[in-house]
This record gives sequence, structure tokens and C-alpha cells, in this order.
Amino acid sequence: MLKALISRIKQGYRTYPFPAKQPVLPERFIGRPILHYDKCDKCRECENVCPVGAIFFEAGKIHIDTGKCLFCGDCAGICSKGAIEFSGDYRLAANKRQDLLVSDKEIKLAQSLDRQSRRIFGRSLKLRQVSAGGCNACEADTNVLTTLIFDLGRFGIQFVASPRHADGILVTGPVTQNMKLALKKTYAAIPSPKFVIAVGACAISGGIYAGHPETSDGINGIVPVDLYIPGCPPHPYTILDGLITFLGRRSADAIKSKYERQVC
Amino acid sequence: MSRQLLAIYSCKTADISALPNLPTDDFRNIVTGMVNDGARIASLFGMPQNNDTVKLIVVLADDRQGVLHLASTEVKESYQSLTPDCPQAHWFEREIAEQFGVRPQGHPWLKPIRFHQSYTGNDAWKRSADAAIQPGITDFFRIEGSEIHEVAVGPVHAGIIEPGHFRFQCNGENVLHLEISLGYQHRGIEQQMAGTPNNRSIHYIETAAGDTTIGHTTAHCHILEALSSCSVPARAQVLRGIALELERLANHTGDLGALAGDIGYLPTSSFCGRIRGDFLNMTAMLCGNRFGRGFLRPGGTAFDLETRHIDDLRQRLTAAFKDVANAANCLWTTPSVLSRFDDTGVLSKQTSRDLGLVGTAARACGLERDCRYNFASGIFQFEQIPVATWNTGDVFARAYVRWLEIQHSVAFIQNQLHTMPSGQVRTDTGSIAPNKIAVAMAEGWRGEICHVAVTDVAGRFARYKIVDPSFHNWMGLAVAMRNQQISDFPLCNKSFNLSYCGHDL
Repeated sequence: MLKALISRIKQGYRTYPFPAKQPVLPERFIGRPILHYDKCDKCRECENVCPVGAIFFEAGKIHIDTGKCLFCGDCAGICSKGAIEFSGDYRLAANKRQDLLVSDKEIKLAQSLDRQSRRIFGRSLKLRQVSAGGCNACEADTNVLTTLIFDLGRFGIQFVASPRHADGILVTGPVTQNMKLALKKTYAAIPSPKFVIAVGACAISGGIYAGHPETSDGINGIVPVDLYIPGCPPHPYTILDGLITFLGRRSADAIKSKYERQVC
Repeated sequence: MSRQLLAIYSCKTADISALPNLPTDDFRNIVTGMVNDGARIASLFGMPQNNDTVKLIVVLADDRQGVLHLASTEVKESYQSLTPDCPQAHWFEREIAEQFGVRPQGHPWLKPIRFHQSYTGNDAWKRSADAAIQPGITDFFRIEGSEIHEVAVGPVHAGIIEPGHFRFQCNGENVLHLEISLGYQHRGIEQQMAGTPNNRSIHYIETAAGDTTIGHTTAHCHILEALSSCSVPARAQVLRGIALELERLANHTGDLGALAGDIGYLPTSSFCGRIRGDFLNMTAMLCGNRFGRGFLRPGGTAFDLETRHIDDLRQRLTAAFKDVANAANCLWTTPSVLSRFDDTGVLSKQTSRDLGLVGTAARACGLERDCRYNFASGIFQFEQIPVATWNTGDVFARAYVRWLEIQHSVAFIQNQLHTMPSGQVRTDTGSIAPNKIAVAMAEGWRGEICHVAVTDVAGRFARYKIVDPSFHNWMGLAVAMRNQQISDFPLCNKSFNLSYCGHDL
């Protein structure tokens, strides 16, 4: 017992004061893409190199769909003109599928729930997690939110063991054919009103598995989605930021990270 | 006997024409005979041929010699099953039956393992081609009796865990039998790998098991480099070794914490949950991603470490090791922890050998199986990491082997950071040789990862076979649960910590 107490003192207090303080992300972290239209000569090499078809040209202008993007950086690597740049901005969550498109338009980050919903869920959100295919990386980076660095519980968010106890589901994976029914049943078992949060490129669009007969290209069309959190996998802070912004615990505009609105 | 087989080293290639095509009876006798003599099945898979037959290719691992023995045979609708004489073929034969509709006659428990349509149109269970296949809808081993009850768990679990279905036959609290039914994560990776490499293939490998990105990508890079006769720069080999050991450190630390959590010992549980993140962040220092996505590329690594990174990594590693040592030692010095770990989920050395277990689960039964030693490649040819074993085969052994490996991995990385070779980190791979077979073994944190590639005339993959360590080890968990209390299942399960997605592919 004494040993455990001494260990506790040695290990120290480790919870990071997020969101009051910006997280420290690795130097090589690949976050939100920034497009420099003035440098793009429309050679379309980026479109060819992208493994998931996240890059496309519309009205002669390059667009990146962060709902598909694996954040591998291959497009920025092949572009000799520097038209694509990946910033260190980890805030990527959005409420609508079309808000995940990066172009020359203003970024639309996730908005919080309406006042009535905030009153009910803002201080207590119980989620059931459904892993519906995928590779276990999104699950791992969701699970890590319950560790003491992130301490998800202090925001009133908790993962619960039964859909009957839940206010919503957090889904990861492209929804394999073998998980489709289980996902639908889990969703149906949650009492209304309920939320659906899609975490990771797979859940949003099928990710690298899009187009496989064994998967369903994500959860769109299977259950209605309230919040999209892109990434492959999203950084834990991307997920946490999405969740607390959604609950109105952090305003999308309150903290302007240095990368925000740097669209050229 | 082994003269009838093709012997190659790991991470090397051979002409596909040199692969012996044996009569099926000889194939069976040779495989079962060699397994009885101490070899293991590292891989056994089917490859459809033009003439309506399926070629079965076996990779037998001879751990003592560090040599892989390959052979093949052609089968049609059925052949005599290997499993009755060679239990470790059990899961492989079920996979072959499901994928190609080839029935192993006499297989004691022939059921699907992933629940998908056959690739050839021939169905081993004579199901019609348009009938929907429901996962987990199959026969389960049942024990009848007025005091017997059945517990079914999953596919959706009570925590943040991948999907899988567990069926327990219990007498009161005691588990008489556990049957594990998977396939919920099946997303068709191997099918998509045919005809590659292309710009997607490396991403399939990186996500075959997302927590083993470095392990699987190491094996894949070795396959491509062997097939293109590419020599990887020394500095890249060291960086790959560091990344592989960081992956092991993160996961082993996480496992020690999760084991502590499952028995309600919260100090180590919360410390290790945090320290695991410290190791993941060290991997993110290498390439920006906590799981090592984008770090390994054929021909070397995509990123180099600058001197300031090396100093930073060394310091972070020292600090994290101090914390993990403190957290782990809390476990070994707390009697209430040891009483829960000791004699729980025991697996004998012989059972472990019969089932062909690999990785920490096998080493915890005293089997010296470690690809970094038996089939050394890359930096491990020059730097030996001691093989960590324990002999009790219980939860304690599986936990303690992880702690021993944490110490070895930290020492290895520190040593490598002191003696980093200079030079480039990447070379061009060149074109891939046609009509070859290549095998690569890598020791991921769970155990042996075996990739086998067969190339076609155009130098594309005609077949790319992935065997995750979990494929060997799920049966080990099922057997370890016999005569255990059902309440010990989470603890036993965590002590194996197997991959669902790596199995389901």
C-alpha cells in the first residue's frame, strides 16, 4: 500500500490542461491541409498519387476531402510547386459531410448543439462505442481519452457498457458487411434523442477500404450522423476537440489556433 | 525428407518453378512428419490455378536452423485433412475451405472463420451463391446437461474493443469450453493485394492490424526489397529496428496497465495508460503519426532522425523507462496482484507447441520462438535481443515476459541511438522480379508476422498472404480458458491481447 502511494507521488499529476492550453503535437504531425491555388498549375499528379481519391478538381480548382484523406502526405510530397501544404492544425471535426471539403472557402468547424440539447447533454454525455471493421487504431486513440492525460470524465463524457445507458454511439470502421446488422441493432437499442459520431476516415467514407464488396463505405446511409471526426486515425486531441466542441464546452471560434483560416 | 522441399531463408526469394509440387499424400506426410519433428506451420494457404485446381502452399519454420521449408500440392474439391495429425493446421484448413471451397476430409471442426462468400464459386458447405452469409450463424460446440448454461458475448463488446463473438459452455462459474467466432472485421485486404503493388497496397499493410503498423510494414518492405534485390541503407535498418521496438514498448506497457485494470489494481493501470502514450508519442516524433503510419517505405524509411531528435528521444526514453519500471514493479511486489495472476489461464508447453503458438504467449510457456533471433533480418542480424521466456504459461508469465521485453527493447534502442550509422535512409527499390516466391518473417509485438508473396509474369502479386500472430494464437486463448472461472475471462483475454482485424483482414 505504502509502495503504491510512493509510486503515485513519483508518477506525479499528469492531466494536461486541455482546452485551456493548446496541446503540444509532434513536429511532423500532419493536420489540416492548406491549398495554395496561386501555386497550382493543375498538373493533377496529386490526384493520381492519392490512394483514396480524396483529391479532386472542380471548376479547375483542387479540393481535398478530409473525410476520405488518410493524411499520408503523399500529395504534398509529389507536388513540386508546393500547392498542397499540411498544417499542424488538429481541429478537423465538422457537423456536415460537405464541411469536410477543403477548398478556398472558409473552414466550417463543428458547431455545438442547440441550447436545449446543451442543457440536457452538455455536462453528461454517455456513449456506446461500436467498432465496425477497421484496424483498431481509431479505437485505440478513442480509448486513450479515458487515460489520465486526457481524462475524458472531467468533461462529463463516458463510454458505457450498454446501449440502453447511452445517449449516442461513436462509430469507427468502414462498417463491414458482417457488422452492419450489429451496428443497426445497437443504434436502435439507444433511447431517443440520440447522437451518432463518426470517427476516422473509414467510418466517414470507407477510408482505404472504400469500394470493397466486404464493406459499406462508412456509416452514411446506415445511421444518421451528427458529428464527423476525420483522420486515419484522428489524433486523440482531434477527437477530444470534436467531442467537447459538439457539447458546447469549447467554442469553435473561442480559441484561434495559428493555422485557422489560413486558406489561400 | 526435407530434400523434397524448397529451403529458403526469411526475406529471400526463390523461383516459383523451384517450388516442389508434391502428390497430395506426400505433401500431407511430409508436413505432418516435419511438424512432429519440431517444425511449425508459419503459413498454409491456397492459390487458385487456371485448371480449376487450387495450389496449397505451406511454409514450415525450422526455428533451430533459421530456415523456411516450402512445398506445394494441387487439390480439387477435397483432400485428406492434416488437422487430425497436426492440430496447428486447424485454422489454416478452415480458411482454405472458406476461401476456395476445398474440403479437408476428416477435419474435426470444419466451420467458416470469417463468414464471406467463396472466392471461386465452389462452396465447402454447399451454400447457394446468392444466399446471404450471416456472421456467427454456425454450429457451436455444446455441452448438454441440466446444470450447464451457455454465455454468449459480442460481437459488440462492453468497452472500446473490436468485434468478436465468444460462446462459453459453463458449469456454474467454471468454463468447460470457449469457442471464438470471428470475421466481423473482414474487409477483404488479401483480395485487394492481388495485382499490386500500387499506391494503395502499403496502406492496406499499414492497417492490416492498426496497432502493429510497423510490424506488418516491416515484413512487407522486406518482401518488396527481396523481390527487387534492393539493399537497404544501414541507417534505415537501425531506424526500422527502433520503430519496431517502440511499437513493442507502447503495446506491452499498455497491456501491463490493462492487466492491472482487469483485476482492479488501479495504480499501475493509470500509470501505464499514460506511459503507453509517451511511447506512442516517440513514434510520432519519428514520422508524425503515433502508430508509425508513413514511416517505413520500401527501400528504407520516409524520415530521418536529426541529432537533436536523437538526443530528445534518448531523454524521453530514459524518463519513460523510469516510470514504467516503477509502475511494473508495483505489480510484482503486490501479493493481491500476484495471487490473481498466478495459475490463471495456464497453458502447457506441449499444448502451446501442438497449437503452434507464437510470440509472447509461446515464450510465456517456455518456447524460444522469436523471429528477431530465429529468423533475424535487418538490424537484428547484427544486434541480438535476448529471447525472453518464462515457464509457467499462466497470466503471470505472459505479463512478466512483457516486462522482460520492455527492458530489452529499451536497452536495444538506447544502444542504437548511441551508435547510429551515418548515410542515407532510403534507396530506390527498382522493378519487381516476375515468377518468384518470397517469404518475410518479422517479430511484431504480438509475435511472428509472416508475409508470403507470389509474383506473376508481369512482376505483380498473384497472391499476397498475410499471417498475423493472432491467427495462430486465438485457439490458445480458447484452450487456456478451460476450467477457469468465467470471471477470469477478461484477464486471460487481455494477457493474450490478440488482434481481431489482423485475424479477419
